[in-house]
Amino acid sequence: MIVSSWGRYPKVETADVKRLQWLHEKIDFDPEKRYLAYGMGRSYGDSCLNEGGTLLMTRGLCRFVSFDPETGELHCESGVTLREILAFALPRGFFLPASPGTSQVTVGGAIANDVHGKNHHVAGTFGCVVDGFRLLRSTGETLWCSRTENPALFAATIGGLGLTGLILDVKMRLRKVRGPWLRTETIRFGSLREFLQLSKELAPKYEYSVSWVDGTSSGAQLGRGLFMAGNHADVTVEEKKEPFVPKVAFPCEAPEWLLNKLTIRAFNALYWRKTLGERVSGLQHYVPFFYPLDAIEDWNRMYGKRGFFQYQCVLPFGDGEEATAEMLRRISAYGKGTFLSVLKTFGDVRSPGMLSFPRPGITFALDFPNEGKETLDFLSMLDDIVTEAKGALYPAKDARMAPKMFEASFPRLNEFAEHVDPRFSSSLWRRLGGTHVR
Amino acid sequence: MSDNVIVFGATSAMALGAMRRYAAEKARLVLVGRSPEKLDAVRNDLLAFGAASADVVVADLSDLSAQQGAVDAAWAKAEGGADAVLVAYGSLPDQAACQADTDLAVREFNNNGTSAVALCNRLAQKLEERGSGCLAVISSVAADRGRESNYLYGAAKAALATFVDGLFVRLSKKGIRVIDVKPGLVSSPMTAHLKQGPLFAKSDAVGAAIHRAMKNPSFQGTLYVPRVWALVMFVVRHVPEVLFKRVRF
Repeated sequence: MIVSSWGRYPKVETADVKRLQWLHEKIDFDPEKRYLAYGMGRSYGDSCLNEGGTLLMTRGLCRFVSFDPETGELHCESGVTLREILAFALPRGFFLPASPGTSQVTVGGAIANDVHGKNHHVAGTFGCVVDGFRLLRSTGETLWCSRTENPALFAATIGGLGLTGLILDVKMRLRKVRGPWLRTETIRFGSLREFLQLSKELAPKYEYSVSWVDGTSSGAQLGRGLFMAGNHADVTVEEKKEPFVPKVAFPCEAPEWLLNKLTIRAFNALYWRKTLGERVSGLQHYVPFFYPLDAIEDWNRMYGKRGFFQYQCVLPFGDGEEATAEMLRRISAYGKGTFLSVLKTFGDVRSPGMLSFPRPGITFALDFPNEGKETLDFLSMLDDIVTEAKGALYPAKDARMAPKMFEASFPRLNEFAEHVDPRFSSSLWRRLGGTHVR
Repeated sequence: MSDNVIVFGATSAMALGAMRRYAAEKARLVLVGRSPEKLDAVRNDLLAFGAASADVVVADLSDLSAQQGAVDAAWAKAEGGADAVLVAYGSLPDQAACQADTDLAVREFNNNGTSAVALCNRLAQKLEERGSGCLAVISSVAADRGRESNYLYGAAKAALATFVDGLFVRLSKKGIRVIDVKPGLVSSPMTAHLKQGPLFAKSDAVGAAIHRAMKNPSFQGTLYVPRVWALVMFVVRHVPEVLFKRVRF
């Protein structure tokens, strides 16, 4: 069976697929095989792929175990998606304490990739809001992992790319909100410097912030974009009804000529003019604010059959600022970085995860249609800039970095490797794990 | 007052969507099924969703001799009797294996057809005695016409659907609503091994539609979910046989 991730590159042959349905059902681990959990397949590269191995499909583990409406403590199985949690939590006056840019991921996947969201500068990563989880090792043993029980395995599993075993069920604490609305503000900025200034000024005022950056602008307009920030509003659904969100799906694989320098530049220019003024504020529903792309099902088909690469790096403040500008210059000259480009500053809330990606600095994410060697060469060149500035790459979005880049990105790699389950592996791990791969 | 709801085949994925919505309305639920571990997982889920109570009755409903006991036990747990009953159990037989093995074919027919008919007959007696309530039974669009790829399943569901159809007429005179739920293709554990195209609906959405129909005091009779299947099956039922035998689906 051919399986691919959200980036639709690579597409690999998986020997076997096991659909998990019930927590109590035993899994017989064959010592000759290599296993990996697969949830919604929303990571972009090969971290959720296991060429020649067995995928444990976790989506059937979709039940809630308990919920305390006083404290907001939620206990659920690992295949529950963040969208399901939101649908459950909002009518009860709660919200996710941390969420990535799509709600179409499982809780298990959110832990394994230690995902982050627009409130990283306040709340930290997903791993920061998880109280504990039960981990199944290939020996058949199940271990409750938390900050106090099996803390090393807890830290290895958060951001551990599914390599430490199978996450069965999870406890986390939801946060209280009054309704699904946010007070948001969108501010235009003309350069990277202005972006950093805005981030610094507005970070204390806003719980959520993210910026879109025009990856095609150059010269005086280099690094122009839109800074979007928001706070939960004190507005209930009774006061303002939820909007109707139409269901739209990208109907088919787009032809490869659709995305070219011209259309990409035109889209970016239009998007920059999306807001009518320099500074626009208003009341916004949480779905378009947090999950704008969830509105279009299968949007990844836009890139056609060949798929695409998402490139996300983090660069430390200081030296990293010039490196970010340099990357923007190169990307603009290359002209193939598309419009889904995101800029954000990470805060200093530390994740417990050994391989956690977010760290204080500027993070930058951008899509590139896969055009083979040309794209790969370009991305390697970006790698050099990131390495030079002592930055890191996000494995959940990677399908091509070199092992030395991975090592440089994660100083606790050796410590992590000791906790990898010998019968768990992934295409990414075999590509990047080097001598640690068993 | 929130409802007393009994669900037969409470570990089915479609039933979960309906039960969660009842739970959110603080219903009292009684869950009947074969596996205590699975029932326990579902019970916890429903309590988390807000069910006032969720009791479990363990029974193999394909065993006709155990059915009356299960119905009585469930009725006793739903104090004051059930306001709503959902029959959701079934299995998707392997058509080719059934063709080669008549015993298997009969077993599958009994599970999806005979035992479900027997259960509905018992439930009709209980509801009639009570004089009110709603009975929803999940059959299938497969009941509407015999397809080469799954006509054994279709035949069993057709027996059930026809029975429920008659029951609907009979009980409607007594103020009891009977709903024959005919889901189209639904992605669930029962169909996980099939290649899933765009026609597949999410089991949660199907569960939501079942709950909506059960709660609607003016709804009874056949419910196609998603609704488009009413149209699809209207066409399928009217395809002339000369054409039908050429179409592969």
